[in-house]
Amino acid sequence: MTGLTRAFTNARLIDPSQKLDELGTLLIVDGQIGAIGKSVDLPADCETFDCQGKTIMPGLIDMQVFTGEPGEEHRETLATASQAAAAGGVTAMVTMPNTNPVIDDAALVDFITRRARDTAIVRVHPMAALTKGCLGAHMTEFGLLREAGAVAFTDGDRAVMNALTMRRALSYAANFDALIVQHAMDQDLQSAGVMHEGELATRLGLAGIPAAAETTMIDRDLRLVELTGGRYHISQISSAESVATIRAAKKRGVSVSCGVSATHLMLNQNDVENYRSFAKLSPPLRDEEDRLALILGVADGTIDVVVSGHNPQDAEAKRQPFAQAAYGTVGVETLLAGLLTLHHANELDLATLLACVTQRPAELLGLDGGRLAVGDAADFAIVDLGEPWIVDADALRSKSQNAAIDRRKVQGRVYATYVNGEAVFTLA
Amino acid sequence: MTDKQPQGAFAHRDLLGIEGLSVSDITHLLDAADTYVEHNRQVDKKTSALRGRTQINLFFESSTRTQSSFELAGKRLGADVMNMSVAASAVNKGETLLDTAATLNAMNPDLLVVRHGDSGAVALLAQKVSCAVLNAGDGAHEHPTQALLDALTIRRRLGKLEGLRVAICGDISHSRVARSNLLLLNRMGASVRLIGPQTLLPAGAEQLGARVFTDMREGLAGCDIVMMLRIQNERMEGALIPSVREYYHLYGLDREKLSFAKPGALVMHPGPMNRGVEIDSAVADDGEISLIRDQVEMGVAVRMAVLEALAANLPNAAEGSR
Repeated sequence: MTGLTRAFTNARLIDPSQKLDELGTLLIVDGQIGAIGKSVDLPADCETFDCQGKTIMPGLIDMQVFTGEPGEEHRETLATASQAAAAGGVTAMVTMPNTNPVIDDAALVDFITRRARDTAIVRVHPMAALTKGCLGAHMTEFGLLREAGAVAFTDGDRAVMNALTMRRALSYAANFDALIVQHAMDQDLQSAGVMHEGELATRLGLAGIPAAAETTMIDRDLRLVELTGGRYHISQISSAESVATIRAAKKRGVSVSCGVSATHLMLNQNDVENYRSFAKLSPPLRDEEDRLALILGVADGTIDVVVSGHNPQDAEAKRQPFAQAAYGTVGVETLLAGLLTLHHANELDLATLLACVTQRPAELLGLDGGRLAVGDAADFAIVDLGEPWIVDADALRSKSQNAAIDRRKVQGRVYATYVNGEAVFTLA
Repeated sequence: MTDKQPQGAFAHRDLLGIEGLSVSDITHLLDAADTYVEHNRQVDKKTSALRGRTQINLFFESSTRTQSSFELAGKRLGADVMNMSVAASAVNKGETLLDTAATLNAMNPDLLVVRHGDSGAVALLAQKVSCAVLNAGDGAHEHPTQALLDALTIRRRLGKLEGLRVAICGDISHSRVARSNLLLLNRMGASVRLIGPQTLLPAGAEQLGARVFTDMREGLAGCDIVMMLRIQNERMEGALIPSVREYYHLYGLDREKLSFAKPGALVMHPGPMNRGVEIDSAVADDGEISLIRDQVEMGVAVRMAVLEALAANLPNAAEGSR
């Protein structure tokens, strides 16, 4: 090796994929991980950084990021999303296809990949549309899209309502072992609903979304998964019933996985009190009991991944009467801090949480990364696990400031983020 | 807004809902309205309580009775009243809501009376203007002056609210009138029953402090007051209830069903009525038991009381605008 070598010494090294948690050194050679562990022999010409006890962890893989590129660049571009990601220790973003135009053609996957290469500072893995135009009717070209680089297939924030379409998609995707990702929300049951159905919605005079809108869709799809042998993933679940349903399905051996957003692990429906549209999400924030069930689901592995569900919306789209306001919160920059805050609140253990944003999404999507293994690209973050700070939406790097957890106290600060061994973010 | 909370008998800058009002707030408004009832029966109905004040009635949803009631109330108090109707179809959703708020605010109104089809819209608008805002109905959320006028109507007839049993019947799910009445009656010590088919009852209604019935006769048992709600046409035709005739059969208030309530029970309706749908004409027009016309009269008095109470908290011109 003649390339650049850098050693990060005196670091707490955490990698859930290797069950690693020890003090030691990470050695980077030519942008790859050269060695990791308690005692690493440092080459003579090696640059050395003393981490002063801070933690080095694999760069996060955020499995659900909406951007506005192409089509709504005023909300977010791949470049701005990637800067927010880097500041949050996220080294790979999985982007959603429901842009304008929809990413339903190999040429458009190629466009995303090239734009990301030219403008983004972290890795970008596009998901492609499951149906043309995300309209729920005609399957996209899974084979060609995969070859172009699509890592999974989804209609983004729109559910595939037609059971036959879903059956065919699962069947056809099984040819390629491709992952089908569903936004589990029965639109008929949702109807005009905009928040969790219950006493609070009734008091606010807002139409509710019953948990059954989610579970009936999951129940239906699980039958189709068993029928077809496809690989099926639910992008975000929100209710206790869904956790129970998926837990039971996994026990039966059904090929199902699911995610939850960090926001749903931190907040509940009380955060929409006073018509706070910045906490209007899809799926909606539900009861505290649901939140606790989601935490348990993460703890016992029923829930595979935690995502940010990063969904930038400009202020005009949010400062509306609640029913008219746009769904979504930004979150890629605060994903890790949110999870570490849950860890410090003793709600979940560190290795489990980190696995949900590193190893697990990598495995589900078949990506190299999400770990600190020798020979892998050196994508990692240096983090002070305990440092407290207050989320200030205006200070976030995203183009949009719609943060549901604005003004919240969190713990865990990213000091630096590296992709291919190069710093893409350093805390000022 | 970082203004100081108003002090005094009615210490609220805006009236956005019954939620947040105390027993003494409500009593204060009802007492004040009581005096206006007598006042409004005189030949000279004009006072100068709001002289020099500008009141804008901003209606994003059309309403003949509520808007004219507010208009009359403002004019009798001596305010300059302007009506603005913004047809819902012309509004590009809420986007123009805050634009409209900013525009109106620049005209320096003192009192803004707002009706909007979206729950929470009036509160949102109130954050953006510097005048007092009065909610004249927001979506399925609240309609506070309706609840106040209903309470005044009951109080004048029965002398009290406390201890009464009140049934609210019909489309509870979509009704701001039901919510405001439930809140007010509960606060004043009455017990409330909600009656309707399951498809028109909101989730978690019991937790709001009401007993819920799907059988009308059972629900009416022992009730002093029966409040009927208007059923909207779009709720029928199979969406939430199968048909008008089935609804009338099960929930239309006729003398037979009314006989299950307390003897002498009184009937109310916020209007406009669908005769033969939720209420039988024989009941609606029976002056002995129907309070429906009283409600309209009380409406003006209550709105005068509310306008005056909010105006009392407005800064005087000499103190500058807030």
